[in-house]
Amino acid sequence: MIYAIVFLPLVGFLIAGAFGRWIGVRASEFVTTGFLMICAVLSWIVFFDVALGHDHGYAPIIGNWMTVGALKVDWALRVDTLTAVMLVVVNTVSSLVHLYSIGYMHEDPHRPRFFAYLSLFTFAMLMLVTADNLVQMFFGWEGVGLASYLLIGFWYQKPSANAAAIKAFVVNRVGDFGFALGIFLVFQLTTSLRFEEVFAAVPGLAGKPIHVFGMDVDALTIAAFLLFIGAMGKSAQFFLHTWLPDAMEGPTPVSALIHAATMVTAGVFMVARLSPIFEYAPAALAFVTIIGAVTAFFAATVGLVQNDIKRVIAYSTCSQLGYMFVAEGVGAYSLGIFHLFTHAFFKALLFLGAGSVIHAMHHEQDMRNMGGLRKDIPFTFAMMTIGTLALTGFPYTAGYFSKDAIIEAAFAAGEHHTTAMIGFVSTVVAAGLTSYYSWRLVFMTFFGQRHGHGVADSHSDDVPATADVHAHGHDDHGHDDHGHHAPHESPLSMLIPLAVLAVGALGAGYVFEPDFAGHAYNEFWKGAIFTGEHNEILHEMHAIPAWAGYAPTAMMVLGFLISLYVYVLKPGTAQALARTFPRLYQFLLNKWYFDELYDFLFVRPAFALGRLFWKGGDGAIIDGLGPDGVAARVADGARLAVRLETGYLYHYAFAMLIGVAAVATYFIAGGLR
Amino acid sequence: MFGFGILSGVIFLPLVGVAFLLTQKGDDDASLRNIRWATLATTLTTFALSLFIWSGFDQTSAAFQFVEQKNWLGSGLVYKMGVDGFSMPFVLLTTFLMPFAILASWDSVQKRVKEYMIAFLVLETLMIGVFCALDLVLFYLFFEGGLIPMFLIIGIWGGKRRVYASFKFFLYTLVGSLLMLVAILAMYGKAGTTDITVLLNTDFPKEMQTWLWLAFFASFAVKMPMWPVHTWLPDAHVEAPTAGSVILAAILLKMGGYGFIRFSLPMFPDASTHFAPLIYALSVIAIVYTSLVALVQEDIKKLIAYSSVAHMGYVTMGLFTLNAQGMQGAIFQMISHGFVSGALFLCVGVIYDRMHTREIAAYGGLVNRMPIYAFVFMLFTMANVGLPGTTGFIGEFLSLAGAFQASSWVALIATSGVIFSAAYALYLYRRVICGALEKPSLMTITDLTPREIAIFAPLVLITIYYGVQPQAILNATQASVDNLIQTHTALIDAVKLAAAGQ
Repeated sequence: MIYAIVFLPLVGFLIAGAFGRWIGVRASEFVTTGFLMICAVLSWIVFFDVALGHDHGYAPIIGNWMTVGALKVDWALRVDTLTAVMLVVVNTVSSLVHLYSIGYMHEDPHRPRFFAYLSLFTFAMLMLVTADNLVQMFFGWEGVGLASYLLIGFWYQKPSANAAAIKAFVVNRVGDFGFALGIFLVFQLTTSLRFEEVFAAVPGLAGKPIHVFGMDVDALTIAAFLLFIGAMGKSAQFFLHTWLPDAMEGPTPVSALIHAATMVTAGVFMVARLSPIFEYAPAALAFVTIIGAVTAFFAATVGLVQNDIKRVIAYSTCSQLGYMFVAEGVGAYSLGIFHLFTHAFFKALLFLGAGSVIHAMHHEQDMRNMGGLRKDIPFTFAMMTIGTLALTGFPYTAGYFSKDAIIEAAFAAGEHHTTAMIGFVSTVVAAGLTSYYSWRLVFMTFFGQRHGHGVADSHSDDVPATADVHAHGHDDHGHDDHGHHAPHESPLSMLIPLAVLAVGALGAGYVFEPDFAGHAYNEFWKGAIFTGEHNEILHEMHAIPAWAGYAPTAMMVLGFLISLYVYVLKPGTAQALARTFPRLYQFLLNKWYFDELYDFLFVRPAFALGRLFWKGGDGAIIDGLGPDGVAARVADGARLAVRLETGYLYHYAFAMLIGVAAVATYFIAGGLR
Repeated sequence: MFGFGILSGVIFLPLVGVAFLLTQKGDDDASLRNIRWATLATTLTTFALSLFIWSGFDQTSAAFQFVEQKNWLGSGLVYKMGVDGFSMPFVLLTTFLMPFAILASWDSVQKRVKEYMIAFLVLETLMIGVFCALDLVLFYLFFEGGLIPMFLIIGIWGGKRRVYASFKFFLYTLVGSLLMLVAILAMYGKAGTTDITVLLNTDFPKEMQTWLWLAFFASFAVKMPMWPVHTWLPDAHVEAPTAGSVILAAILLKMGGYGFIRFSLPMFPDASTHFAPLIYALSVIAIVYTSLVALVQEDIKKLIAYSSVAHMGYVTMGLFTLNAQGMQGAIFQMISHGFVSGALFLCVGVIYDRMHTREIAAYGGLVNRMPIYAFVFMLFTMANVGLPGTTGFIGEFLSLAGAFQASSWVALIATSGVIFSAAYALYLYRRVICGALEKPSLMTITDLTPREIAIFAPLVLITIYYGVQPQAILNATQASVDNLIQTHTALIDAVKLAAAGQ
């Protein structure tokens, strides 16, 4: 069954990719979507067997990948509770996104290619989550990176999409650079890359130093740290987050699948999968907490002022991923995965809902040009509201269980570590910010009055569009002829996925809370997540003071009220605020100037160095002193030789005589010795 | 076969083809077609014959196989041939890629077709000879002889600056070769023979090893090419015709690496250990430096040439780690680079044949009219950046894993190459393939022809197949690599023991 789950998307990819041209669009859509539906159903069966049932999981080996000396890598499909959770998330969202795309992409001439890429992505993601060793995980890791690259750049005629695609791949490669080094180090430490063997060897390595990069450091700390760099890249954490907002250049279903629900959570999954290593590396865990905390706060602040509907959600994703890392950093891996699980539903819902809005608005993405849409597209409005409630943690929605639990765990861990307390403060503040920007999105889009299509007029809700330095991607695939038609509700193929996800966004937390983090913890996980002997975080979090427990809910309400005031009760407040604090506003609008900073620090120097090495190093120095220099000297020498060739016989005879004398002298001197 | 073995058959079969071509006199279409088909048939037969050898090759043995020996030119010189796990993959790589080179020249070469084909067939004989020679003088003859046809291919069928390029190519390689010749004479003086199998078991004094190592290094470093003697390569590639670039990148560059494995590492173990840091330093410089240079190139072929230099950096680094992962990874990287860079140069050839320019700026938006081409180019771009699932990953990953055990610093810097390679390769792809098709000259460009698809299809399949199932190649080299490492460790230990005893 697991074979079918993993390889059906690959088959779908091959069929749609290779034969899409011949079998036609309909057939490509049908095949890929149908296969994914089957995968989703099978995944839930596996989930019930392995996670909820009594099956302890399995890891069938498909075949050997490579064996070199002690390094042995197999292709295998490991299934345990952690994998089962991921299977459910990946295949459920992926199948819904496939279905949704049939409606969303119906005007695109390249649909077979699109569906092929979606299936390719799903396959790579499944290889990642079923990996039984670090190298196969890396295979999936880079594979999803490739699919992400292809899908962000799907509209290849858009220069901004191409740029975003490259940026995503290269920034991810920075993370992969750390991941790869981590793999090498783990291999050096344990002479294995199989999870079972690595994890078995880890306790013996605890506290052992290693000499690496010229330093004597704790072996497991540096290994966990390097591996986590990979997670930072994939999950768009602070410093390596810059690619995620730009990735919104891709079609919206892609954003929902890859850049919200699945691929970006791969880092979270990785840390949970490698929890046996991280548990023995407290310093690395502290680093995870800090990065998660900073990301949660940073992304939320940027999300406050963005005007592109997808970018707001993208920053929200970035921020929520920070929450998951905070959870893992304080040792509550299961909470990280729990939030991953619930987040997949409500964030995919929000993205697909946003896609429905964009579809309704004929590919308008600037929220300043929207407004009052709740009457035109009531179903989408309802779905978006559900997603927002879940994201902001409204009681008994999915986010309420997972997000508030993380905040509580951070507080509980904060009694032992200051870093965890930073995580607590940051996540609580971010909860307020999340609520503010999420409701801002809803209010700007669905409430108030509708604004002009195309160009933002001066009465727009936020500051005028001219102040926005960022080009908003208008999906340019044949929508120009629509002009100013009225917004319309999306077709059924798009609304059904919304409804399914809404059910998850409402109920996933309540239903699964006992399993992921409650009393059924042990029966559910069956050891798939490792926690050290002294890791009691899941118990301690229930013993925190009441105010800390209510803090996130209070922040959620506060954020909602402010947003309500600013955008509904007293429109115009936002512009006034922006005018009052222009520096802060610009700072946030420009995403803390990270792109400019990286451009200055890395991109320009790389090109400058390249030119310097090329023209200066290769051209002037190496060639100048080497072949060209030699050639010039040879030419000089030839001129000299021409002068020597006088044509007089006695000159030559004299030269020969000297030569013979020299040779004779050499041999005589040699003989004497 | 005249008292010679099957190995000689593979080596000299292309010359039989040459003999036939020489009988073709006409210049009309019919005889040109004959010439092309005859050449293709020759290379295909050679490949089939090499597969036959492969089927009889014992992978579990590190010894030389299919050995044949004959005296020639009196007593001193011996004609001795044989293959082991180091040479077998390269022989196969050569015979496998030759038909592609011929097919790539099918329509694009119209000038002196007969001479062109003869040059390639002679080159094939010499290249296979390099990998099979078990006599140092014989090796030298093949090794240097290979320069001549390549020199002619660039000099006659090359681009505008072909004379400069072939001159530079010749000058660089000549300097290295002369030093190697001196070293060969010195080795003959010491051991009294040029038989490689004997030399492999000869202990050269430590002092002498240093000089011999340096002399061989001079030659191999140029051939690799290693930084800083790499500057001939971009020029040679740019000016060479497509098939010339393919063979140059895919096979001629591998002779340097093969030389290191065949001579430097096993014959001069002390010196190899001694100079390993030098190799590491040059390798990581090559990886970072040439990757950055590749980023700013304006000529497609130059960009790929610089990327080749960077990839060869992984090879030299891996070889001198002297552990199983590093060495096997390095050898695999060479084979993989043979497929991938060869295919990339073929890709450039496709659009060069249509537009007659290699300027990146002259292209853009090709995917609009050439979707199949865009796919093929994407696949090999990804193989070039080492995406798992392609052959490029295996070589890079293993050589880096080996390097990490030898020196974490080397691995740290070298691994940064994965970032740079992604940057320059995708940046190239974006400028050539993506975007809107706006240039008027490109409006009528056509997608791959059936002949071109036939060229690329096997390369695509093999790049993915060996990326997922690399064990066939790894097994072939395993016994020889293990043997080399064991001998090396034993020798070094003995030296250490002796030093401790004193």
